[in-house]
Amino acid sequence: MSTPQVAPDEKAWIERLRRGDEAAYEQLVRSHGGRMLAVARRLLRSEDDARDAVQEAFLSAFRAIDRFEGEAQLGTWLHRIVVNAALMKLRTRRRKPEEPLDPLLPRFLPDGHMEQPAQAWAPPADEALERAELHRLVMDRIVELPETYRTILLLRDVEGLDTEEAARQLEISPGAAKTRLHRARQALRELLDPHLRASVS
Amino acid sequence: MSTKRPGASATITCEQFVTFLMDYLDEALPGDQRSTFEGHLAACPACVNYLATYRQTVELGRSLCATDQQAIPEEVPEALVRAVLAARRSRGDG
Repeated sequence: MSTPQVAPDEKAWIERLRRGDEAAYEQLVRSHGGRMLAVARRLLRSEDDARDAVQEAFLSAFRAIDRFEGEAQLGTWLHRIVVNAALMKLRTRRRKPEEPLDPLLPRFLPDGHMEQPAQAWAPPADEALERAELHRLVMDRIVELPETYRTILLLRDVEGLDTEEAARQLEISPGAAKTRLHRARQALRELLDPHLRASVS
Repeated sequence: MSTKRPGASATITCEQFVTFLMDYLDEALPGDQRSTFEGHLAACPACVNYLATYRQTVELGRSLCATDQQAIPEEVPEALVRAVLAARRSRGDG
């Protein structure tokens, strides 16, 4: 993700936030809250949890606004904060025993060949409506992944964190994050496959 | 996983190809191992398809957030706006 400098109008806005201007806070929540809620909803499956995470994220941002240095855009900074708040929420919930991932991984014959040789997928549609349907299909399949794998895939591939940052957020090593991501991508590929094979339009 | 990385002169199976696919895409494989992978690709249509669909899976994931950033942001529920502002006042933040 690029890190452009703060736009001049954002600078004035941040100044107002630092002065404790109530209207500036409200404007911040209204302008960035929707995108932040979308991020939290992807990471947390309960609407209440997602809203709590957004609220916590804004409160953290308000507290930290003096430390916002402007090397990133406000939206990028808030994105990082809401990802962090959503992961905190995930960690505080009691972990249910997780479904194993193995049934979602490709299977191989004893000689190392694929049990079911992979087939090509149809090229992505250009129509906006079909694209929206495709996005819904992908999101619905991501939700089917066990939580551990869903989370790493969302952090790396959807939210765009790099390996080191995702590993730090999840309190695992970068090597473990990479292994987990690769397995999550394979599983998602497997879940999408019946819907996107070239014979399916 | 017990699968070892293939050496320069080795041929690899589809299973090994899939195991080290991410390293291959990240360009994290040394040149000789990369050549071994490409040799397998040249001879295995199933792995060509696997590689392409794995890449498409990653791109589809990336497009979810890109769409979200470009789209008109969805409206924030009014109750959430009020809750955030009330929490700020009660905690004396800002």
